[in-house]
Amino acid sequence: VPRRAPELLTPPPHPCLLLDVGCGSGLSGEELSEHGHQWIGMDISADMLAVAREREVDGDVYLADAGQGVVFRPGMFDGAVSISCIQWLCNADKAAHNPRKRLARFFSTLYTSLARGGRAVFQFYPENPDQVEMITASAMRAGFSGGLVIDYPNSTKRKKYFLVLFAGSSPERPNNEMPQPLDDANEAGNANGTVPFTNERREHRYTGKMRRTAKDRDWVLHKKETARRRGQDVVPDTKYTGRRRGPKF
Amino acid sequence: KLLTHNFLASNVVGVRQGYPLRLAATAVQTREVDFSADFVRNVFGRVDYGVLREAAAGIGAGDQLPMEPDALTNEDFLRQMHHVLLEIEVVEGSLTCPESGRVFPIVNGIPNMLLTEDEV
Repeated sequence: VPRRAPELLTPPPHPCLLLDVGCGSGLSGEELSEHGHQWIGMDISADMLAVAREREVDGDVYLADAGQGVVFRPGMFDGAVSISCIQWLCNADKAAHNPRKRLARFFSTLYTSLARGGRAVFQFYPENPDQVEMITASAMRAGFSGGLVIDYPNSTKRKKYFLVLFAGSSPERPNNEMPQPLDDANEAGNANGTVPFTNERREHRYTGKMRRTAKDRDWVLHKKETARRRGQDVVPDTKYTGRRRGPKF
Repeated sequence: KLLTHNFLASNVVGVRQGYPLRLAATAVQTREVDFSADFVRNVFGRVDYGVLREAAAGIGAGDQLPMEPDALTNEDFLRQMHHVLLEIEVVEGSLTCPESGRVFPIVNGIPNMLLTEDEV
């Protein structure tokens, strides 16, 4: 997953400053670092951040609750990433929590902290369709454009929800085009959804050459050894053992 | 990192201008980060230079930056900026909101920006 997020983000080629919401131990951040970007991570778990510090990730991390808003000066980030995090904003863990308010606060503060033309990619696991609706609606109300990208929509296991958001447009990146979702059909290099023919299985079938038909010397020796182990009377091995008899007239 | 400090603001309820946070440090360390001139150039426009210089001076690294920002074509200046922005880490210390006086502690290099329920 962390590999797919920067791909969807399609940041400009030069190194950027990115925000990682719910960075945890910095796994997703490492992927960003590999692309040459600097990142600042936030997470609600002090333990996870301690692990991130221990692993000496390149980014800077701080402890904060995304539902309380992203606390930065306006227009600071080129983009934001978040892996399996925002579905938690839909939960009310404390009596004072109001999921709708928390989501609204998160998205509106995120919108201000992104530079114009900034992009945000959220990968999340919604519990039900209502959550998807709630999250997207909240993002749209905050001023974002964009939408959902669902990878492998037909697979239960590999299905991944990505919310791809655009914070306005900049002259640098005028066209905010939605990225294409991954699909089995796409992967096979076929846009119209059909599966191309492969003879993969046929190649693995036994061919005449591969099959061992001759009962050669090794086979005979093995047979005799087995018989000897069983205590049967077996003639000793000689140079004639397993030798092919000459053609009979 | 001073980069984060330069961007962070306080969002305690009722605070309008929660920036800049006052930085105090009791333990500072430096850790090397790969230098990228492009990154510094990209981010420079957003950095508040005065705040950065003041924060660096506050933790005893003020002499590493010139009084006025230099041209972005100057490699030495870019390296200085890179060092101050990314390589200096405050390990123990605190951030103080200039308006409400709320103190956010920094423990093990991690600023704690969590708010209590009545501050949201």
